[in-house]
Amino acid sequence: MVKNLRTKGSKFIDQTSRVSFKFNGTKYFGFKGDTLASALLANNIHLIGRSFKYHRPRGIMTAGSEEPNAIVQINDNTAFTEPNVRATEIEIYEGLKAKSQNCWPSVNFDIGGINNFLSPILPAGFYYKTFMWPASFWLKYEYFIRHSAGLGKSPKLPDPDIYEHKYIHCDVLIIGGGISGIMAAKMSAKRGLNTLLVDENPNIGGSTIFQNSKFYKINNQTSCSWLENEIKEINKFKNLIIKTRTSIAAFHGYNFLLARENLTDHLPANEKKYKVRQRLLKIRAKKVILATGALERPLVFNNNDRPGIMLSSAIKKYADFFGVACGKENILFTNNDTAYETAISLDQKGIKVNAIIDIRENCNSEISKEVEANGIKIYRSSTVVDTYGYKRIKKISVMQLSSDGQSVKGQKLFINCDCLGIAGGWTPAVHLFTQSGGKLEFDEKDQIFVPKIYPSKQISIGSCNGDFELDQIIYKNTKILKEFLEISESEYDNIDVSGASNLNKRNIWLLPSDKILGKTKSFIDYQNDATAKDIKLALREGFRSIEHVKRYTTTGMGTDQGKLGNMHALGIIAETTGVKMSELGTTTFRPPYTPLPFGTIVGRNVGEFFDITRKTPINDWHVKNNAKFENVGQWKRAWYYPVNNESMHDAVQRESKAARESAGILDASTLGKIDIQGTDASEFLNRVYTNSWTKLDIGKCRYGLMLNEDGMVYDDGVTTRLDKNHFIMTTTTGGAANVLAKLEDYLQTEWPELDVYLTSVTDHYATISICGPNSKKIVSKVIPNLDLSEVSLPHMSFKNTIIDNIKCRVMRISFTGEQSYEINIQANYGMSLWEKIMDCGKEFNITPYGTETMHLLRAEKGFIIVGQDTDATLTPIDLQMDWIVSKKKYDFIGKRSLYRSDTMRDDRKQLVGLLTEDPNEVLEEGAQIVANLNQKPIEMLGHVTSSYFSPNLNKSIALAVVRGGKKMLGQKLFIPMENKNINVTIVDPVFLDKENNRLNAQL
Amino acid sequence: MFLINCPFCGEREQSEFKAGGEAHILRPKQPTELSDDEWAEYLFMRKNIKGIQFERWNHSHGCRKWFNVIRDTSNDQIKAVYKMGQKPPAI
Ligand SMILES: [Zn+2]
Repeated sequence: MVKNLRTKGSKFIDQTSRVSFKFNGTKYFGFKGDTLASALLANNIHLIGRSFKYHRPRGIMTAGSEEPNAIVQINDNTAFTEPNVRATEIEIYEGLKAKSQNCWPSVNFDIGGINNFLSPILPAGFYYKTFMWPASFWLKYEYFIRHSAGLGKSPKLPDPDIYEHKYIHCDVLIIGGGISGIMAAKMSAKRGLNTLLVDENPNIGGSTIFQNSKFYKINNQTSCSWLENEIKEINKFKNLIIKTRTSIAAFHGYNFLLARENLTDHLPANEKKYKVRQRLLKIRAKKVILATGALERPLVFNNNDRPGIMLSSAIKKYADFFGVACGKENILFTNNDTAYETAISLDQKGIKVNAIIDIRENCNSEISKEVEANGIKIYRSSTVVDTYGYKRIKKISVMQLSSDGQSVKGQKLFINCDCLGIAGGWTPAVHLFTQSGGKLEFDEKDQIFVPKIYPSKQISIGSCNGDFELDQIIYKNTKILKEFLEISESEYDNIDVSGASNLNKRNIWLLPSDKILGKTKSFIDYQNDATAKDIKLALREGFRSIEHVKRYTTTGMGTDQGKLGNMHALGIIAETTGVKMSELGTTTFRPPYTPLPFGTIVGRNVGEFFDITRKTPINDWHVKNNAKFENVGQWKRAWYYPVNNESMHDAVQRESKAARESAGILDASTLGKIDIQGTDASEFLNRVYTNSWTKLDIGKCRYGLMLNEDGMVYDDGVTTRLDKNHFIMTTTTGGAANVLAKLEDYLQTEWPELDVYLTSVTDHYATISICGPNSKKIVSKVIPNLDLSEVSLPHMSFKNTIIDNIKCRVMRISFTGEQSYEINIQANYGMSLWEKIMDCGKEFNITPYGTETMHLLRAEKGFIIVGQDTDATLTPIDLQMDWIVSKKKYDFIGKRSLYRSDTMRDDRKQLVGLLTEDPNEVLEEGAQIVANLNQKPIEMLGHVTSSYFSPNLNKSIALAVVRGGKKMLGQKLFIPMENKNINVTIVDPVFLDKENNRLNAQL
Repeated sequence: MFLINCPFCGEREQSEFKAGGEAHILRPKQPTELSDDEWAEYLFMRKNIKGIQFERWNHSHGCRKWFNVIRDTSNDQIKAVYKMGQKPPAI
């Protein structure tokens, strides 16, 4: 049917290298340099997808990142698939596969299209109104919504691409490589500043680079040839970096910006391999120059969304840049001179323009005269009242506008076309400016928002600053840039510029039709199917704030953030409510400016690089000996050591028995260790722990509990007095960093008078704990010279000693209730010491145990684990640990809070032990505890915090927090589970060896 | 992400620092003498101003020192930075 929509001689497209690609399963050809959109248009394909709500056929509207309709899924069913790709941005490459979204079974026949006929019952807020009630129906609604929604499919396979992050520091960042950006780059680079110029397109030059018109001249050259020369010149600067295919995603405070540099998306699969796909640039710029240009506005009229209806400037770009005619029978519909530029371009290339519909009464610009002289029919004071054609526009109807522009009159005229260009004026792209915190001001004359107050060292130039005419742009840019970059003389000072258009426009936000508004579909947000009617309905229903109207009608909430239609929404709200645009303000533009893949955001931090992994010096031994690991913060800790395919339960039972019956060994190197020195060290400990430290003798250890200022337990651990002014504190594995930070905070800000120095030494030492009735024998083999007698090394004491010429510390402290020794040795020797102990312990069946067994053993003794049995709502009193709270000390962190009326209540949740009626029933940690199963609603008294089957007691044991639990000893309670109720009894939390006989017991 | 001028190290990225809440709240010297209300005032009550706020910051990934910052919370502009124990400068 249509043979050739390619015009000859575009220098931006390599017409000698043909590229094949697939769209919806059919093979097509394009040329190197084409976007998917330009290649499809060259193949006479406009219908790309279906709209979100009504499933109306939609085509390509734009030639850039603002595209609302032409979004596709690429490389479907592969790991490389990506949804919501704008056909106007993706460059074609050999083998590209693209597919329409939001249609089923196909874009040509789409069942959801029935929504279009149902549209009278799908008004704004339909989902909010309908799917509210009854609540039990929500699941059904959700199914319906999810099924009919669907802008693309997310990939199901891990992303195989490589991404990275890069920091850039520059003097000047210029965003946008159009004529303004290029001027800025040249002035900045010439001034000797380190300059970075970014542009989202594959090439710089903006729209001027294809402005080959006799009406626009710079120094007597056409504007495109002048600019080509400028580009040649800036390419020579060594202090200027130009990054194309690079879009700014976010502009944060203090000139910190995020950009996505797209490196391989335009390459065929074999050339992409092993290359970084995208780079997230983290840019800190001393100064930022915004030259982001302007977006052409559509016009809002009845049925303004059919495939074949496009922005006039896009039609021009497809013709001038890509050498593609978007239609064979074109009509342009405009409120300003832009469409006349398009008409001239098309005319020059022999592409037929059937008519121009201009809503203005007259215009006398040279350019319009030229169009008229070329024989193109112009209908003035006229508007399109309707369009026809389902999958492609066929025809329009036109009527005369009344003088106030609010109604139409006269004869209806029909004109055939297969492409309608619409030109509604320009909207400065101020998105990044507002993201940075900039404040806008409304320009009544041009009906645009322009930058007014800059929050950082930045400036907007060119059309994003509201300057649209070539001469105005160049003269004003020169002046602004000289001041901003502190330049006294510039080569642009005496430049000669001529332009021919006349930017007078007639602004009508919503164009009238011969039909009443209720019978029209005048789209404002194409992607979300929000119409003028929806906005008026929202206003009638009482919505006033622009932010509320936006959410209710979903205007501007698509992946394009409503770049095209937001201004019309504002305009219609302003007109309807009588509030001035300037007072209405705009909605907030949030980052990212264009969608950003997750892969780019995470960069290299995937898989094993997702987070830092901390391993103990003995880690390799655990790995070799088949340990299963658990993560404790960033640490990898041995969890249990299964032998011969043992289950976790069996392994833990075996390890636990071995530790109590003979000897167990634990890698405790992850415990936090803080070295505390200074003449006030003991006074400092007095203030941070609940118990007293002044009288602790040198060589002794003491358990301490640390509170928050609110009286709640924060951390615990054993601290040892190494010398008069020297202590070593241990903290929980997970709490180490926070405890150090907290202690530093008090030391620096509350008690600067104290002479105390804190150093983290967690990684400096390997810590090995040997416990059990045979532990003493083993340690005496490992360190034969050390006197292990009760007099020399009693429980809670320490000795400096030497093992194989290496200095180490031996502490007699116990977290299991067994006789235990903890040896701290310089980390590098940790592994050899561990192996030596294993060797010495062989005859006693020394058994390595992991964190699970450690937890079980301490639970048998009723020892708490901060963070498991506590959750920042429990005081030491709640934990039945009154014995560790000094009554004599005047003050310590959290003391006052223990006497608040709330912390003194006796019905607080308190730590207790639980025994199940059936000794084999092991409770679930987190299970709720109740007293009365028949009560409604049932009252929850507390929950299980730790639960195990104890092999040493041969029954199930648990720790729990229960409201008023201290006074409930012996009381029977219930744990309701999904399929049964478990009977439990409250008991003392110490299950084993209440007399602490085992601490000294030996075999 | 803003830049903070650590009084000990100089200008660094915000990500190197931790915010520590409102500045110039002295821990009472004699907590036991305070009523529940007075203690609660110290413990829980913090200002959350849109505008000029006095804050504590810690150079947690740097010198580990605490210091004070005067920040306009409406636009993140830092008006002054000064050491612990010093009086806030006039702004
Ligand atoms: Zn510092």
